[in-house]
Amino acid sequence: MIEGFTPLASLAGGALIGFAASLLLLGDGKVAGISGIVGGLLSPQRGDVAWRALFLLGVASGGIAVRLLAPGALAVEVAQPLWLYVLAGLLVGYGTRLGYGCTSGHGVCGVSRLSKRSLVATASFMTAGFVTVYVVRHVLGVAP
Amino acid sequence: MALVVAYVAGLLFALGLALGGMTQPAKVLGFLDVAGAWDPSLAFVMAGAVAVHALGYRLVARRRSPLFAASFALPTRTDLEPRLVGGGVLFGVGWGLSGYCPGPALTAASSGSLPAIVVAAAMLLGMLLFAARDAARSRGAAAPAPPGPLAGRDAPAAR
Repeated sequence: MIEGFTPLASLAGGALIGFAASLLLLGDGKVAGISGIVGGLLSPQRGDVAWRALFLLGVASGGIAVRLLAPGALAVEVAQPLWLYVLAGLLVGYGTRLGYGCTSGHGVCGVSRLSKRSLVATASFMTAGFVTVYVVRHVLGVAP
Repeated sequence: MALVVAYVAGLLFALGLALGGMTQPAKVLGFLDVAGAWDPSLAFVMAGAVAVHALGYRLVARRRSPLFAASFALPTRTDLEPRLVGGGVLFGVGWGLSGYCPGPALTAASSGSLPAIVVAAAMLLGMLLFAARDAARSRGAAAPAPPGPLAGRDAPAAR
């Protein structure tokens, strides 16, 4: 028995993510890649700002709704030192822009289209994630 | 209407992340920890998302245009380049250190979670650093090559 394994909720959550990505494509013709949507706001192009802002406002509304309705879904059980979160955030921000996308743009939208570029990027960040957690937990023995 | 769709899509996206357990860094790290008490939940999130969107994409792609926009804005490039791997690796290391990727970081940060606020703020800074580097590089590439013996075949190629 694997502790904390939530196959049904995770499958349903994933399906909802896939539905949201399909909705954005059908309605607005856009790819639901979070890092790309944010990145486009940081280097704004005329006529390409409002939908990004509204999408992110929707994400923020979702975060607030979850806090009110199901705060357990936001639990941070393995709290890391602050500097580690800063370093991690910098790597996530720089890396997703350098690599043209993140878990949503490449991992969900690109893989769904069988994009070769997204398959390569997804394999890269998944592998790096596996190796990082292995080194931190089993080589350095830092986290629980 | 396009903006309403964008808002609703963002809202559903964030709710899906939370329902799937992706706003709990412990679950994400539990998935990445294959050698420990492995939690395969994230694979189910990916499977659910890809299954639905693979179908949704194929249905939507039959249309000439989206409902509320003039055209589709889909990536067209198919070439592979080192940046895809380099960027992916940097991102993956940050993901493995914190358990947050961009969507969950923004969702949890909006809810007031302090670690997520720190990750999200640093992430925005990282994106700005990249934008600054990119702008500097394209300025360099656009500048005329300096005159002299190097101009011509030995001049560095503009990417």
